[in-house]
This record gives sequence, structure tokens and C-alpha cells, in this order.
Amino acid sequence: MVFAQGSHQNGCPVVRTHEVCRHYEMGQTVIRAIDGVSLEIRSGEFTALLGTSGSGKSSLLNLIAGLDRPTSGSVIVSGNDLSKLSRQELAKYRLHTVGMVFQSFNLIPSMTLLENVELPMRFAEVDRNRRDGLARDALERVGLANRIEHRPSELSGGEQQRAALARALINQPKLLLADEPTGNLDSHTGTEIMELIRDFNRSLGMTVAMVTHERTLAERYASRLVFLADGKLVGDQANASPETVGKQAGGRE
Amino acid sequence: MKAYDLAELAVRNLRESILRNSLTTVGISVGVASLVAMLSLGIGLQQLASKRLRQSGLFDTVVVTSRRELRNFGGRNDDAGPAPAESPALDEPARQQIERLPNVVEAYPDIRFITELRFDNKPHLTMVAGLPFSAKNNEAFDGIQGGFFSADTAPEVILQKAFAEELLGMKRNPGSDDTNVADVARPLLGKELVMRYAERVETPGLNTTPATTTTDQENAGSSYSVISREQPLKIVGVSDLDPDSLRGAAHARVFLPLKLAENLHVMQPSNLRDTTRAFSNTPTYSTVSVRVKSPRFIEPVEATIKKMGFNTFSITDATRNLRQFFAILDLFLGIFGSLALAVASIGIVNTLVMAILERRREIGIMKALGASDVDVQKLFFAEAGAMGLLGGAVGVGLGWMIGRAINLGTNIYLKRQSFPPADFWAVPWWLVGGAMVFAIIVSLMAGLYPASRAARLDPVQALRYE
Repeated sequence: MVFAQGSHQNGCPVVRTHEVCRHYEMGQTVIRAIDGVSLEIRSGEFTALLGTSGSGKSSLLNLIAGLDRPTSGSVIVSGNDLSKLSRQELAKYRLHTVGMVFQSFNLIPSMTLLENVELPMRFAEVDRNRRDGLARDALERVGLANRIEHRPSELSGGEQQRAALARALINQPKLLLADEPTGNLDSHTGTEIMELIRDFNRSLGMTVAMVTHERTLAERYASRLVFLADGKLVGDQANASPETVGKQAGGRE
Repeated sequence: MKAYDLAELAVRNLRESILRNSLTTVGISVGVASLVAMLSLGIGLQQLASKRLRQSGLFDTVVVTSRRELRNFGGRNDDAGPAPAESPALDEPARQQIERLPNVVEAYPDIRFITELRFDNKPHLTMVAGLPFSAKNNEAFDGIQGGFFSADTAPEVILQKAFAEELLGMKRNPGSDDTNVADVARPLLGKELVMRYAERVETPGLNTTPATTTTDQENAGSSYSVISREQPLKIVGVSDLDPDSLRGAAHARVFLPLKLAENLHVMQPSNLRDTTRAFSNTPTYSTVSVRVKSPRFIEPVEATIKKMGFNTFSITDATRNLRQFFAILDLFLGIFGSLALAVASIGIVNTLVMAILERRREIGIMKALGASDVDVQKLFFAEAGAMGLLGGAVGVGLGWMIGRAINLGTNIYLKRQSFPPADFWAVPWWLVGGAMVFAIIVSLMAGLYPASRAARLDPVQALRYE
């Protein structure tokens, strides 16, 4: 639970996949969602995983998130080979090492924003009286201080996604994984979210891996673009000039 | 996840689909209620039966008699010498020795005699018995009006209700038990009656010459005179004790404190020779009643007393059969009662499986956020347990009320049939606690499958599910 702050960690690999495959059996046929992908994501990078639908980008993200296990190959995050972890250890890994945001926000509808943000801390057995303050701070940071007691259904999509971001980061993960975070948002709200993510990437040095199918969005915010097609890596380029004003992109690659 | 958080989440989840979970909980309540009602009925009947038996004194009392007496019953009158070693006298030291045996509550001599009691200048002939002071605490005198003897030697009497009615000149309708003890007691309590009796008095000096005998032709070492005495006695209590009960003294209708009765040295109708023989030194008794702590000690105590050289009498087999009968009855009642709970547990399985389908996505989210399989499993267990706890608590209350209602209804019926009311139904604390624990255990078992299914849920699929 070390706060991954500062960009001095730049360069050391956080995620390393080696010839990773994820195959599904559908009756007689085998679907190769991921088919031998070797990829390295370094600390502090903002990587965009691009591809058409069915290209395997979300499957790759799920493998890195520890939500799914590879059929073969390895996924190593912060020195842990995920395929060798037990289910219990994998849950711990998801709890402390990665934070996730989804296209459909995935807040729990019966809980207030505060409770939603608090939830991962319950699993982490954080002390009750510390939880409340931490969750409030996190919601304040994403600009939802006045929405704390609201339920997700009472909020706009952008607000929900900001709450989801606060929740993803509440246990101070090393890695933020975002699966089409703007997919359900209009372009204006989407931009707000992307800027928030970029802000986390810049100010906290948070390593970000984002799945998207919008190339323009990726080019505007990501420092690196990874292209997938049919479960294979088909392109990997540094995005030397993400649309930045004032601040430096933090020279990667 | 910490227990408190788990409970909180479980309760909030239960509240989310309040109707369905309430219905499931009601199902458990009905199950627990039927179990409690059935078992309380069984326990109540058992308590009623064993109370009646305890009051009768049949099952925790060993009646001890001397073997000498038995010999005399056999008609042998050649008892000239000292008693053989194997048949000691049933006297005060022997009584004390018996009383000191393990698991013996008390051993008291049975003193009873028929004598005349004068009340309002009218004579009444009846059986009088000495009552040990310990009888104060036994259930036989639960229904007493007035009070128990103030001391073991107090000149006081407790009247049996029928005798009290006789004193008052009340006529009883045969077969009915309608007169209230309190009504009978009110005019009598505190009044005095006079007991006329025959006292044995040792004739001094005569016991030094063995040849001399007086009233008794037997070869006793002493002699006594019989003197007519009067003893005023204050009526302190009127008991509704069944006159046929064996507790204390069978068929006695008037009770004296035992020590008082002993001190009066009343001529007893029982075996005159035995009494006279030992009169010179310590009192000898025709029978001693030995009360043991519980019916299961009857056998060992009886065996020990037999070894001491006395005859004993008790009834033990009957209680064993009775206990067996009630164990089987309780078992059957319990099984019938549990059937409803079994059905209710299927309701829990159903509810939780439904909840998994509904909350598939939520489970997926929790897993994505880092909830372990165990966390999810515990959450579903907690929900099942909470339903069990709540259902159990409500069910115990409901069962209590059902039992109460059955009891009330039965008593109304009994009253119409002119029977005394009785408690057929009892809810001891262990049943309350046991039923709740049972409800929780059944609920948790019902939660076993849903919980493990929820725990195994694949988060990727669960999150894809819209």
C-alpha cells in the first residue's frame, strides 16, 4: 500500500506479459481472445490499448487486472506471477495493487457514493473510523464533496465515473486499469474524466492502462499507444506529443 | 472482512429486497414456531407427569423397614435373644446413618396414628401424620393456603382440604373438585383445635427388672404406661394435597411437624413390640422414608441400605419406562416440528439463489474491487444467518404464543369438564436458546450451497452480464 507517488520510478516495469494466451472454448471451436501477447508497461506510463471490438484489448486488461487467468504464458505485475497466485492471493492483488474503472461505472446502486468508495476499504479491513475520512477526501478530490450521500442513480454519468475513479484509487494501487472509461459519456464529460485520469497519472505518477477504441482520445491523453487485433499485438508506439499544455509529457520511451 | 462490516452489509442487502427476505424469514419463523410449540407441549406434558409423580413421592423415595419386623410378620414369635447381626434395629442411629449416605436428601421416620381432634367441641377421628420440615420446599405444598409450620416443633397443624371441609361441616359433591382451597382456609387459619392422643410413658425403674412387663406380654426390657393427653394445635395451613398421595404420609388428613410428633410419644398402631423393645433407649421406627436427590439414585441408595441389613421398597422401573416414553414422544414431536423448518430452509436456499442471480453484477463488482471468495461466501452466510436469527427469534415468540393458546384452550375445555387446570406446556430457557441456535444452524446449512455458488462466480462473466 505504498503510495506510488512521484515519477522517479519511471522506467522500471510494472506489468510484464510474456507470450500470454487466453483461449475460450465455445462448443467445438476455440476462440483465441489473446494469442501470444508480450508487453511491458513501465511505471508512470499512460498506456492506451487500442483495437476494434473483439480485438482482445479488454481480455488483456482483465488478465492484467487479475480477474481472469491466462490459458498459457505469464502475466507478471510488480514481480508477482499472477498465474501462480491462489484465488485468495489474486483477490488480495486486486484489492491492493490494481484499481479498476469500467465503461458502465459499476457502482453498487443500493449504496451511497460514500459507501461505494468505502467498500474496497471494508475488504481491506481498514479501521472504521479511518475509512470515513479517507472516502470523503477521495470524493472531494474528484469534485464530489457535495454528492457524498447520494446514490449513483441520482447522479450523472460523469459524476458516477468520477466516483468510480475515487473508489478505484482508494486503496492506493500501483496500477489504474480503465476499460473504456468514457464509452458511456458524452464527449464533454468524457474529456473531464480523461483529464482527471491524466491528472492522477501526472501528479501521483500513477501507472495507467486504458482500453479504448477511440484513437483520437488515446492520442490526446496517452503517452503510449498499443494496438491489438485478433488477440495479437500489432503495433506499439510512443505518443510523443499527447495534447499537453504547460506540463511536459514526462519523457517516456 | 471484519465481522461488523459483514453484518452491516448483510443487513443492508436483506433490506434491499425486503419483501422477499421478510417472507423467507416468516417461513423460518413458522418453522421454528411449530418446533417450539411441539416441543413445549412435549416438555410440558412430561413436566406435568413427573410433577405429579414427584408429588406422589413414589419415585424418589425408598421405604426402609427393619427385617425383624418382617420376621414377625411371618408369625415367628420366638424372638427371644438379641437381634441377629444381619438385622439391625431401625432406630435413630440407623436413621442418621442412612441420612448420611451419598445422594440421600433426608431420611425421616413415618409417624402416623389415628386419633381424635376436637374442633368447635365436635370430635373428628382422623389419621394424623408427622411431616418432615423439608416438605416445606417440595411441590406437594405448592397449593397451600396459609403457611408451613413455623418451626419443626411448633404446636401447629396443616389440614388436608377434605378434612378442613369436614371441620366446617361442608358437604362435598362427589366427583367434583370445585371448592376453592382459599375459601375453605379463610375461616380456619389461626384457629385452634385440640388433639387427644395416647402417650406412652416409660415407667421408671421397671426396666431394670427384665421379668416385669406391663401392657405388653412380650419380653421387652422396659415397660410403659399409656396416658391420655391433650395437645392444642394452631391451624397454620390448609393444603390441597391429594389425600391419596404418598408424599410424607399416605392417607393422612392432618399433618403435624415431625419433631413435634416424635416428642409427643404417641402410641402407634404399628408393631407395638418393636416400639416397646427399644423404648428404653433410642426410638425405633417401623418404617423410615428415605428421599434421594433424584430418581436415578434410587437404585444405588437402595442397594446400600439393603447391605446395611434393612428391607427396602421403591418403584424404579416405572420411571424408566416413563422417561423412555417421553423421550420418544419428544423425538416425534420434534421431528414433526422440524418438518416446517426444513421447508423453510428450502425457502432460504431459494431466496439466496435468487439473490445471486439478481446480484450477479454486484458480486462481480465486489470481486473486481478485491473481495475474496471467502468474503463473498461469508456475506451470503451472514445473510442466511441473519434470516435464521430473526426468524428464530420471531418463531420462538410465535411458538410461545401458540403453546400458550393451546394451553388456554385446553384449560377452558378442562374447566367445562370439571377437571382442575394444568400446564401442558412449558418453554424452558434451553428450548428458547436451542430453537434459535437450531434455526441459525439450519439457515446456515441452507446458505451453504448459495454461498459457495456466489463465491465461485467468475467476475469477468458476472461483469459482462447486463
